[in-house]
Amino acid sequence: MLLTAVLLLLPVRSLAAPEEAPAQDAPAIDMNEYIFGHINDAYEWHITTIRGKEISIPLPCIIIDGGLHVFSSSRLEHGKVWEDWRIASKGESHEGKIVRVSDGTRPFDLSITKNVCGLLIDSIILVVLILLCSRWYRKHDYLKEPPRGIAALMEPVIMTIENDVIKEAVGPDYKRFSPFLLTAFFFILINNLMGIVPVFPGGANITGNIAVTFVLALFTFLMVNLFGNKHYWKDILWPDVPIFLKAIPIMPAIEILGMFTKPFSLMVRLFANMLAGHIMLLSAVALVFLTAKMGPLLNGSLSFVAVVLGVFLDCLEILVAFIQAYVFTMLSSVFIGLAHQRPENETH
Amino acid sequence: MSLITPDFGLIFWMVVIFGVVFFILAKFGFPVITKAVQKRTDHIANSLKAAEMARQSVQEAQLERDRMLEQTRIEQGKIIQDTSRAREAMIAEARQKAQSEAADILRGAREEIAAEKESALREIRSEVSALSVAVAEKIVRKEIETTPEQLALLDRLADEAASAPLN
Repeated sequence: MLLTAVLLLLPVRSLAAPEEAPAQDAPAIDMNEYIFGHINDAYEWHITTIRGKEISIPLPCIIIDGGLHVFSSSRLEHGKVWEDWRIASKGESHEGKIVRVSDGTRPFDLSITKNVCGLLIDSIILVVLILLCSRWYRKHDYLKEPPRGIAALMEPVIMTIENDVIKEAVGPDYKRFSPFLLTAFFFILINNLMGIVPVFPGGANITGNIAVTFVLALFTFLMVNLFGNKHYWKDILWPDVPIFLKAIPIMPAIEILGMFTKPFSLMVRLFANMLAGHIMLLSAVALVFLTAKMGPLLNGSLSFVAVVLGVFLDCLEILVAFIQAYVFTMLSSVFIGLAHQRPENETH
Repeated sequence: MSLITPDFGLIFWMVVIFGVVFFILAKFGFPVITKAVQKRTDHIANSLKAAEMARQSVQEAQLERDRMLEQTRIEQGKIIQDTSRAREAMIAEARQKAQSEAADILRGAREEIAAEKESALREIRSEVSALSVAVAEKIVRKEIETTPEQLALLDRLADEAASAPLN
């Protein structure tokens, strides 16, 4: 609820602002830059701007371009050039990315960006949480004492996902896949939740980034197709349909397309939901800044609306964070389960 | 637009990070937890079953105890009954025996008394006869020479004494 606290402070500042505002004549807010600046990946972790001074954490840039080059992102800020690289400015083909100064093309870029840094932080939190929980089971006689502390917190969630989602959807073979599905669930959940926290180390739009959801969907794709049984492959390549649908391979073509559309839908669903949530929250907050020039009364009342809306959207986003993690895990389980189906009546 | 074009660098790091997280959690995290919870679930189920069995066996033991108590009570009643019957029989027998013995003793005593009486009578009779003889002798010696009437009386007396029955 840090965002709420920040929001509550904002109207006071903007009410006080008009006395000095005419002299400064603050530039109008560029909504595109404001929103995409928050949801896009970046080379440094921008925290806030106080009196025109930007406060951000520089992150390491790693470029492989005829050798390995590692340098701080602060060398490239505000359009500066470092060796042969600069960050492409607005309107260029690789906007916001590191490009070569010479021809404007992208080098091989493995920089620790804001999203990578966020991923690292969230992953460390996740690993520590789960390992502390499993440590409790190692250190205690879990047959004699009820779970306490971290184990009491995590166990109900883990077992709910394991029993109600994974076991139901995957079927009798679920033990092989439950570590992956549980990892996916908690990975998405923790990144979703950290994305709602407005200040460092949260606030990075990680699960609303297509590259992240692409990798998650790719893992599901591999889990489904690497461990699919004979029946699954037969259903794809030679399904039980009239022969004329197989002779010209219409059905196999559709089935093979289906192999890819399933994880694709997972990728897009998570990406779009989390991105939309971030944009909605940012828009609600933007109401405060957009109305700053409309006078104290309008600005004050609309700021109040923005705060109420922000609280509501925050609560909604917490719900969505859980739902999206749940849906991703459930659908992955269903897809894995479908690849492990035993035919009810083998017709041949 | 960069929003929907996945960035290669991020994909690379995401694969690495997710892979490492997956490896760590799949090896040291979730299986430990789920196995422990599974074990505990089994343990609880077994304990419930054992408790149910214990409860049943206690109930059975109680039933058995009740049954044995009832049996003992019946046996006790029977023993008491038997004993009282035996006691009565013994008393009756003893009484009968005592009666018959008393009767025997009485008869023996009566017989003895009769025998004693007879022997006493016989003795008295012989005494009397001896005395009579002595008396008679004395009388005879004194008066025998006197008169013939007296002699006749003496004869008659002697005959009478001789013909008299013994009792």
